[in-house]
Amino acid sequence: MNIRAQVSSVFHLDKCIGCHTCSIACKNLWTDRKGAEYMWWNNVETKPGTGYPTQWEDQEKYKGGWVKQGEQLQLRIGGRWGTLGKIFHNPSMPTMDDYYEPFTFRYGDLTSAPAGNDQPTARPVSMVSGKPMKIEAGPNWDDDLSGSKIYAANDPGVVKLSAEEQQQLFAIEKMVMFHMPRICNHCLNAGCVASCPSGAIYKRGEDGIVLISQDKCRGWRMCVSACPYKKTYYGWSTGKSEKCILCYPRQEAGEAPACFHSCVGRIRYLGVLLYDADQIESVAMQDDKDLAAAQRDIILDPFDPQVIEDAKKSGVADQVIESAQRSPVYKFVKEWGLALPLHPEFRTLPMLFYVPPLLPVMSMNNQGKQKLADDFFSTLEQARLPMQYLASLFAGGNEEEVKAVYRKLIAVRIQRRSATVGDIPAEEVTKACTVAQLDTEAVDAIYRRTTLTRIKERIVVPPMLREQAIEAGMDPEQHKQEMGFGSRRPPKRRW
Amino acid sequence: MTDMILFGVFPYVAVALMIGVGIYRYFVDRYSWSSQSSQFLESRVLFWGSVPWHYAILIILMAHFLAFLIPSGWAVVVGSPLRLYLLEVTGLALGISTLIAVALLIFRRIGNARVSAVTTVVDWLVLLALLLQVATGVYIAFTLRWGSVWYLHTATPWLWSLFKLDPQVHYLAALPAVVKLHAFNAFLILALFPFSRLVHVVSVPLTYLSRPYQVVVWYRQRRTG
Ligand code: HEM
Ligand code: SF4
Ligand code: SF4
Repeated sequence: MNIRAQVSSVFHLDKCIGCHTCSIACKNLWTDRKGAEYMWWNNVETKPGTGYPTQWEDQEKYKGGWVKQGEQLQLRIGGRWGTLGKIFHNPSMPTMDDYYEPFTFRYGDLTSAPAGNDQPTARPVSMVSGKPMKIEAGPNWDDDLSGSKIYAANDPGVVKLSAEEQQQLFAIEKMVMFHMPRICNHCLNAGCVASCPSGAIYKRGEDGIVLISQDKCRGWRMCVSACPYKKTYYGWSTGKSEKCILCYPRQEAGEAPACFHSCVGRIRYLGVLLYDADQIESVAMQDDKDLAAAQRDIILDPFDPQVIEDAKKSGVADQVIESAQRSPVYKFVKEWGLALPLHPEFRTLPMLFYVPPLLPVMSMNNQGKQKLADDFFSTLEQARLPMQYLASLFAGGNEEEVKAVYRKLIAVRIQRRSATVGDIPAEEVTKACTVAQLDTEAVDAIYRRTTLTRIKERIVVPPMLREQAIEAGMDPEQHKQEMGFGSRRPPKRRW
Repeated sequence: MTDMILFGVFPYVAVALMIGVGIYRYFVDRYSWSSQSSQFLESRVLFWGSVPWHYAILIILMAHFLAFLIPSGWAVVVGSPLRLYLLEVTGLALGISTLIAVALLIFRRIGNARVSAVTTVVDWLVLLALLLQVATGVYIAFTLRWGSVWYLHTATPWLWSLFKLDPQVHYLAALPAVVKLHAFNAFLILALFPFSRLVHVVSVPLTYLSRPYQVVVWYRQRRTG
């Protein structure tokens, strides 16, 4: 046993209102710099939709993640020699056109234009070349554009569906969408780490946060391809790749990461999971359909005395074990089995889990009015979002995994309806709980964790090394745009 | 006298700069050590520039080094007319590839607005110096045949004399100006090396072939057992 601690997260998609506050919080803190404008370490996409960068899920195109080669795992971009051989030009590297060209407007023209008959306008200019440009894409270009023939119809998950399922999705009165916020998953079997020729990317032993050493990165830009989630970004001005740092400086000061802290829908949960690092490879080798379950199995019960003993032997601090026992992520993922990894078939063992959204699935169109379906369980089959679509997102195509989650979510709804409105008889509630394999206590606990939690219950930051604070008296404004990489110099190109 | 300055003194200046500034930059500003890839901004032309450029220049450089380091072995290789012929033809073909490739890289930096926006003065100096180097190289290969042989009696002893701190510039004295330009420009590129993206050449990531895929770093000593 080689037990390690991992700071992990759960995003509860039913609660996301798609406000993008998380993205802005992150942008203001970390990526408001030249060369980083286009980096959205946190982004919120509309599903079905093409996502950011466009069609990032299409690994035929971007070659992210791992593939099984007989008895071994290999990066999809190639073996070690293959990767080095492609170092002079990386054929699967996305370019700026797959994201968007960052732009601003010539606001000065509004005040400096000479008097005339026309209103002065602020023309858009490229933040790369400074030249006037036509804006053709942006960070959230297909926001809420579900049902679109350009965007949603080109979602790699939708393309895979049968014609019938696609029709089900796009029938005009059935049009459906949900929001999916994404950050780096701080994977256990990270593709970015494995692909870096310099070995600049690493996982922090104490908390599992994946970071890129800015001093070691040489701009070989292999990680951009190898991350199947496209969560490493190449800094086109600095010549260094950057990624989400899970706000480790904030966590080291005991604070929630910025996107978690600012989340309006309170959809984000954070906490420590204990896992056995010796199992990583064997889990990553499972068949697609078994991956979600295998990933649950690698997570250990922090209350089990044997696990506690082994964890101590492996050097996990007592306070971290104690923190793992309070982890809401453990509850959602393992105890209740409500949260699933995004695209486990990429085999990086992502450590961000999603509670799939219930509402777009269950709500039905009834003579022009949206209402919840009456006969809850049978409707799963005729759900507005095909189960296969959800299964291809969260369970490597295994519909049973997603259905099991939905049965639980539905049981919670039935129980709450019965308790608050009182129009559902008690035996119906018991029946729902039995089908969902939940006891009434768990149902109540899920309800409370989902709706009534305070920040300290949603976000349980383990005790971490505190970074030296900025000395009192320093003007933070003066040092804006410099922090976050342990750089003693501003992250700019100098040579 | 000019020869002495260009080929007896300047090489030491260039190498001193390369090592001195290189070490300074590596230890004081390692953040700046990067290939400065611009593929993110433009990928298609880069492919036709970067791939032939790198494969060809690496082989050509290797040949220059081998003929300098093990001249006796090299002499054996070029001893047979057939081998010499093959070598010269291959060298010329590779040389022409680098010339076309570097021309493409230059046009790309002029023609693409995004790439030209991230191009610095030093980037230009490097590309122009490399263009001059491969252009003179190809010209020499065309007009002064059998360079793989006469290199052994001119460049090799000159480079060794530099190495032994006893510069003998007379080995180059009788050579045409274009060869002298090629030799001087080679050291100019070395002098540019520490100030430019060329530093990426010494960071060839060969350790990638043997390191474990996953890297875990512990901030505190891991207390186990
Ligand atoms: C095995 C050693 C080498 C490796 C791994 C390597 C790798 C790279 C990489 C990754 C780039 C960035 C390409 C991009 O824009 O995406 C690059 C650019 C470049 N390399 Fe190398 N290189 C090597 C050797 C050399 C040598 C020996 C030279 C010349 C003497 C050289 C000259 C250049 C130049 C001039 C560029 C800039 C091209 C441009 O963007 O205009 N490289 N190299
Ligand atoms: S999601 Fe994060 S940890 Fe996983 S491969 Fe991508 S960048 Fe690396
Ligand atoms: S802040 Fe929260 S609710 Fe708003 S988009 Fe982000 S994850 Fe969704």
